Amino acid sequence: MPQLDVATFPSQLFWLAVSFAVLYVILATLVMPRVGTVLDERQRRIDDSLDRAAQLKSEAEAAVAAYEKALAEARAKAHDTLRDAQARLQAETDGRLKALAERLGDEVKAAEARIAQARDQALQGVRALAAETAGQLARKLAGADIDAAKLDQAVGRALGGS
Amino acid sequence: MASPLHQFEIKTLVPIKIGGIDLSFTNSALFMALAVAAVTFFFVQGMKGRSVVPGRWQSLAELTYEFVAGMLKDNVGAEGRKFFPFVFTLFTFILFGNLLGLLPYSFTFTSHIIVTFALACASFLLVTLVGLARHGLHFFSLFVPSGVSPVLLPLMIPIEIVSYLSRPVSLSVRLFANMMAGHTMMKVFAGFILPLGVFGIAPFAIDVALTGFEFGIAIIQAYIFTVLTCLYLHDAVHLH
Repeated sequence: MPQLDVATFPSQLFWLAVSFAVLYVILATLVMPRVGTVLDERQRRIDDSLDRAAQLKSEAEAAVAAYEKALAEARAKAHDTLRDAQARLQAETDGRLKALAERLGDEVKAAEARIAQARDQALQGVRALAAETAGQLARKLAGADIDAAKLDQAVGRALGGS
Repeated sequence: MASPLHQFEIKTLVPIKIGGIDLSFTNSALFMALAVAAVTFFFVQGMKGRSVVPGRWQSLAELTYEFVAGMLKDNVGAEGRKFFPFVFTLFTFILFGNLLGLLPYSFTFTSHIIVTFALACASFLLVTLVGLARHGLHFFSLFVPSGVSPVLLPLMIPIEIVSYLSRPVSLSVRLFANMMAGHTMMKVFAGFILPLGVFGIAPFAIDVALTGFEFGIAIIQAYIFTVLTCLYLHDAVHLH
């Protein structure tokens, strides 16, 4: 078995030590820093990208919040405007209705006054006519000339007035 | 037919003798140097682009790096970070040694017990020194299993000491025996292919399958060697 040939041991051990040491130095000084920096760089990039994604997300959320706030404000404003307009219209309508009611009331009153006046005039006319008729009747029937004041008094009593 | 063990023979390529000791550059040394060159090429060329989004080769290099780093972190924890160069070298050196040995006409330096034993001793020495440096004499409490009745301690402590001291042996024999057995078996079957004529297809098919298995074994044995080193480092750092 060649493995048990002790004479080859020093050479194998020597070259093993040399090659292992060389490989150790190469890996430690050349390879590990390279791989390490690439892996670190990748990790850093990934972390950066994640950070940026989180930042963009929060920005997007802020934008959505601002949009919704603006929307709510606009809604509230529109609502206020609508309510104001309604109130104004209501007030105007009320005012007009009131004015109309007043004018109508006034006209009714005036008309009533005119009617009362007309009735009074009519009554006055009736009284004078009755007194005159009564005077003429008295003159023709009794031949008596009755004083106008007395006639007026008598007609007033007969009509139930003053 | 050449002996199946012929492939393990050490052949001197450049005779070197220093102070009466034979330090010749042999086929074993050549493949150690090739492994170093291959590992270097694999990583340097793979990481050449240093892309943030890696290509296939760079992915492979990064995966190997992160595989060893993850193994060390899982088994030893954050303190294991400073042993990373050693463990990384151990893993890549054994892995590439095993894989290069699968090439036809190549030499597998990990199939020599002296090489695997030296690697195991390096890891054993590192573990012991780290344990002593971190815990001083308290490190020897590693040999006193916790939760054992004091009556059993005279029995348990020698067992623990023996099991501790046998670590480099089991570590080195496992790797060496796996590599040697696999390669010998392949050679034995390969030796039957030509003499059997047409029926040589059967040992040939077996060899094809064995080659696949050998790839798995080459990787698994490199992994086992490294992960056990990590577990021993965990013992040394944390004591149980």
